[in-house]
Amino acid sequence: MADSTRPLTLLPLALAALLLALVTATLVAVAARGTGFSLAPADWAAVRFTLTQAALSAAFSAALAIPVARALARRRFAGRQALITLMGAPFLLPAVVAVLGLLAVFGRSGAMNDLGTALGLPTISIYGLHGVVLAHVFLNLPLAVRMILHGWQSIPAERFRLAESLGFGPDEVARHLERPMLRAVLPGAALVIFLICLTSFAVALTLGGGPAATTVELAIYQAVRFDFDLGRAALLALTQFGLCALAAMIAWVLVRPTGFGAGLDRRAPLAAPDGWRRGVDAAVLVLAAAFLLVPLGAVVVRGAPGLLDLPDSIAAAAGRSVAVAILSATITGLSALSLVMAVARQLPGRQLIEAAAVLPLATSGLVLGVGLFLMVQPFVPPTTIALPVTILVNAALSLPYVYRLLLPEARALVTDYGRLADSLGMRGCPMWRWLILPRLARPLGFGAGVAAALSMGDLGVITLFAGEGRATLPLVVQHLTGAYRMEAAAAAALVLVALSFGLFWLCEWGGRRAGTE
Amino acid sequence: MLELNSVVVEQDGFRLTADWRIEPGRKVAVIGPSGAGKSTLLSAIAGFIAPMSGAVRWDGADLVAVRPGDRPMSILFQDQNLFPHLTVTQNLGLGVRSDLRLNRDDASRVQAALDRVGLSGLGSRKPAQLSGGQISRAALARALLRARPLLLLDEPFAALGPALKAEMLTLVADVAAESRATVLMVTHDPEDARAFAEDVVLVADGVARAPVPTATLFANPPDALRDYLGR
Repeated sequence: MADSTRPLTLLPLALAALLLALVTATLVAVAARGTGFSLAPADWAAVRFTLTQAALSAAFSAALAIPVARALARRRFAGRQALITLMGAPFLLPAVVAVLGLLAVFGRSGAMNDLGTALGLPTISIYGLHGVVLAHVFLNLPLAVRMILHGWQSIPAERFRLAESLGFGPDEVARHLERPMLRAVLPGAALVIFLICLTSFAVALTLGGGPAATTVELAIYQAVRFDFDLGRAALLALTQFGLCALAAMIAWVLVRPTGFGAGLDRRAPLAAPDGWRRGVDAAVLVLAAAFLLVPLGAVVVRGAPGLLDLPDSIAAAAGRSVAVAILSATITGLSALSLVMAVARQLPGRQLIEAAAVLPLATSGLVLGVGLFLMVQPFVPPTTIALPVTILVNAALSLPYVYRLLLPEARALVTDYGRLADSLGMRGCPMWRWLILPRLARPLGFGAGVAAALSMGDLGVITLFAGEGRATLPLVVQHLTGAYRMEAAAAAALVLVALSFGLFWLCEWGGRRAGTE
Repeated sequence: MLELNSVVVEQDGFRLTADWRIEPGRKVAVIGPSGAGKSTLLSAIAGFIAPMSGAVRWDGADLVAVRPGDRPMSILFQDQNLFPHLTVTQNLGLGVRSDLRLNRDDASRVQAALDRVGLSGLGSRKPAQLSGGQISRAALARALLRARPLLLLDEPFAALGPALKAEMLTLVADVAAESRATVLMVTHDPEDARAFAEDVVLVADGVARAPVPTATLFANPPDALRDYLGR
């Protein structure tokens, strides 16, 4: 697999060049349009809020994940595997749905306030910094749990057996085994979540807002849609790019790939201390499961009756969303496959390809959105190309994830079977058909599923471009939520969740079927 | 005829030289201590590593620009000789056409090769459903189908028990005799060399020495071989 026929060598290079061009052109467009070089006080407030909420969200998610991961690592109980699977779900859950669920529990007329009022407590508000952080913890706690659980399971069982044979108690185990592992794993987990929250838009749009709780991403949107101040939007986009690029670079150096999607079970269970620690572990797991499940349950309860009587706009929006998701997942999957194989096979130009594949991490939906908006605006009304732009941006933004998912598999493929394929003279189409596609079908299906679900649930760039009759389903949910039509919003959210997970499951199932050995 | 003209191979700071030829149809064992570069030598001949200098020639033609799959040779690796996601028949079919577009003639050739190595009826199985010996047979059947004049064996039978290994070596000898192929076999077991090979290439101290008739070599072993044999 050292060399190949020309077109397949050139394709990944062309893709990489296209990605570079997309990001560079975006930056040039915003840099050319940015007014002045200094941010207004309100924009500085947005920068401060963005960093504060991202830091708090990362800190809370990582800290709260520790006891949950520890309990999952050392206890065995019925439903444990289901709980771990559940921990993978919020990563794919549309943010607008999460917000809706949290509103149903913690909102003004939510369950918590009903309970509080009955007990004579003052009403709590979910809007503002704490609401944004709450939603981010809800969405990212499971990711943190999975990353930390992976850390726990990477401690060899022999090490725990040694500890047992030396008569270590829980405190000694923590000091000699668990804390060193956490020191290695926690910074990475927190940084990944920090990076995700840095570009938070949908959550800030619904639960934030106002001078005190606006993220940079939200400020970009407001500058375009409310003030139509494109110069200010461009300057904010540059600021956002700077923040993301810096965080992404730090994260890329520090963070190893997570065990996302890998089997998370080990043969020999860890030694689990009895006594009060058993009770604490049980309580932690019950609380974590409730924190994740109750808001989702609330959406189901609220939305189910409305399913029979959905607004007409929803079917059309759902159709658009599914089309966007399928197209962007296809683009992402095929591009990622082409790029990882070029890198794994060490084809010429792989440094460029590697850089291009992770470059989108330094941008965000609104940054790319504003850049494209500025580029097309002189030629066509931006609303007319809302869906193509959404497809392109979603594909670019999910590419780094799918790329990272496929890379180790592609490397293993080349190491294990590259020489055999070479010795048989397999190259070009037969090599793709008989070797690469069957061997990578599983991770490719999984990756395409992740890309489809992320694209399906994304509320970002579409808000800049959408005009009448071009809304995607997340946008419809957000509009209904904003208009306090909670039953209709919940019903639409149910449709959205079903379609997101349905698409994910279909891709994943297809990959598993095609990749049977 | 395989010729190595002043070949120098370097890999990860390790250096191996070879300068000799093998007459057509000979069965040659490559022996030497582990880490001496036996596999590296085979990789250079097969085209996975390009020599720093010198030339690998076949019938006088330099193979430097020829891709591994187009070289006049088949190779059996230590493991991973079959693709696990393809059936035995498909794995063998790759030896006929690497795009697996087999016509009826091709298919019956594959069937004949399966029969020849004693795997009749197992063509629809995946490699995971075969024993170690059966996997070796399937790989050998594919080499038979490729019908290249040089067969390189990089210890493919190392994981088999003594009886199975002897059986496989006999099969290799038969197959090679039928197709008049030259065989170059890496082994760490001097008994394999004695039982199978007419000549022996000794690899030690960064040099792959010219082939010497097996009986001569073992009757009067050079120091490097004496060290390796522990005598």
